[in-house]
Amino acid sequence: MLFLDTLLIGLSSGAIYALMALALVLVWRSTRVVNFAQAGQAILSTYLGYEVMSVTHNYWVSIPFAILGGAAIAAFVDAVIMRSLAKRSHKGSVSEIAPVIATLGLLGLIRSLTGMIWGNAYLQYTSPLSSKGYTIGSHTIPFSPLNLVIVVGALFVMGVFAAIFKFTNLGLALRAASFQPEISRLAGIRVDRIRTVGWAFAGAAGAVAGALVTPTTYLSPNSLDLLLVSGFVAAVIGGLDSLIGAVLGGLLLGVGFAFILQYIGTSVTFSAAFIILILVLFVRPRGILGSKVGRRDA
Amino acid sequence: MGSSLLSISDLTVKFGGLTALSSVHIDLHPGEVVGLIGPNGAGKTTLFNALTGFAPVSSGKLTLHGEAHDWPKSHQLVDLGIARTLQGVGLFPDLSVLENVMVGGQRFAKGSVIRAALGLDGSNEKFLSEKAAIALERVYASSLGEKRADALPYPVTKRVAIARALMSDPKILLLDEPAGGLGSQDIEWMNGLIHNLKTDTSILLVEHHMDVVMNVCDRIYVLNFGELIAEGTPAEVRENPAVIAAYLGAEAVK
Repeated sequence: MLFLDTLLIGLSSGAIYALMALALVLVWRSTRVVNFAQAGQAILSTYLGYEVMSVTHNYWVSIPFAILGGAAIAAFVDAVIMRSLAKRSHKGSVSEIAPVIATLGLLGLIRSLTGMIWGNAYLQYTSPLSSKGYTIGSHTIPFSPLNLVIVVGALFVMGVFAAIFKFTNLGLALRAASFQPEISRLAGIRVDRIRTVGWAFAGAAGAVAGALVTPTTYLSPNSLDLLLVSGFVAAVIGGLDSLIGAVLGGLLLGVGFAFILQYIGTSVTFSAAFIILILVLFVRPRGILGSKVGRRDA
Repeated sequence: MGSSLLSISDLTVKFGGLTALSSVHIDLHPGEVVGLIGPNGAGKTTLFNALTGFAPVSSGKLTLHGEAHDWPKSHQLVDLGIARTLQGVGLFPDLSVLENVMVGGQRFAKGSVIRAALGLDGSNEKFLSEKAAIALERVYASSLGEKRADALPYPVTKRVAIARALMSDPKILLLDEPAGGLGSQDIEWMNGLIHNLKTDTSILLVEHHMDVVMNVCDRIYVLNFGELIAEGTPAEVRENPAVIAAYLGAEAVK
């Protein structure tokens, strides 16, 4: 039973990692930027959800606001900050590194801002669902209605993205714009705008992650930092370019953490993330689903 | 021939201190196939790039469909009836051939992002895939729609890239070395293909293969070191001493 219990714990946290990984991969695919600010953006959108909940007293009503907020914040970051940055530093090595540094700076900025507005207190953004595990027979499993919503919600979001990329023309345009910008422009695609749409999708995914995971812990300006690390490791495991890879990477990492926690101890979990990251980079740098040329569809 | 579809005059393109094109003019009339030839570095692709928003225009006038026009940005071309293929072909390896071609029809897919995200643009999808199937037929590749693009032999990818360009219903088609890297059998196909396309679109062609150029072109412009050194029918150009000296040389005699 212990094995199954551990697996369930892992799936629940893995689903959240997968969402964060998805957010990072969506931005990476559309603009070749590792968006460290994603943790900050998700924090902002979660505070927005918190504010909506303190007015409506309804967790479920707050979620769509958090998602739309997350999408809007991401669109703003890309359209206003990243795009003008790209115009000013589009040549040489600085063009590669400037956007990444900018996202790091933005993460710090958002943190300070949220600290100024909401303070550093641990706020409660609570879900009405029970965090008490289901009981099967006489055994109570470590999987609660809260966990169930996390897993189902995460899978739902991933399904929506998969469908968009696989079956819609928008998905086709998103892929075209990220991998063949010149061809896309010649086909009449407004590449800049489409990239902003990619950022918005990423922001929405990150917002879902923030809104789902926060009720299991607390809300503070840096409460999602560890999630950013896990999401990044999951994205790398998955090949950084692959949406399916991000999901698999997240689930694998979640389950891996759960087993480390169960069988080795709590003290090593944080370092375990980095050890796994380094192992992946050594053994299979293109990730489990990354293609040889670093490009791949959904 | 009537009035010209596309008319470029006094086009100059400078990259820093280097003059890539110097006061070049070109006319393309409805139903024409016009060739643009010259040795490597003569400025052929630069002219395409200037016309398609990939290279900065230092000076020059552009007339499209009889009216003066600003130099277009890349994404505006399809709405001006201009489509272009690239030398590098640029298919998406992991997409099906049909999906690759559908990318070219984005000007017909201007529904809202929200509707598309919700999967409400089904009719749009259907329209594009049917149109893509027709475009594939026109390049003799109708049976290949479901294949992955990376499963295609190179000569076929060249034709699929043309099908993608046809998706926007261009009146002016810019082909960048369509016969580059092709063997003689595939070059025959390409000749036939270009002749067939003429019925719907005028074509401006950059090409190194002289047999293709001489076979399909109604008129030819010859560039050398960024300057126009000759223009005329294939026969005229072939016999032009300046052209022979600059470029054709051994190949023209062949």
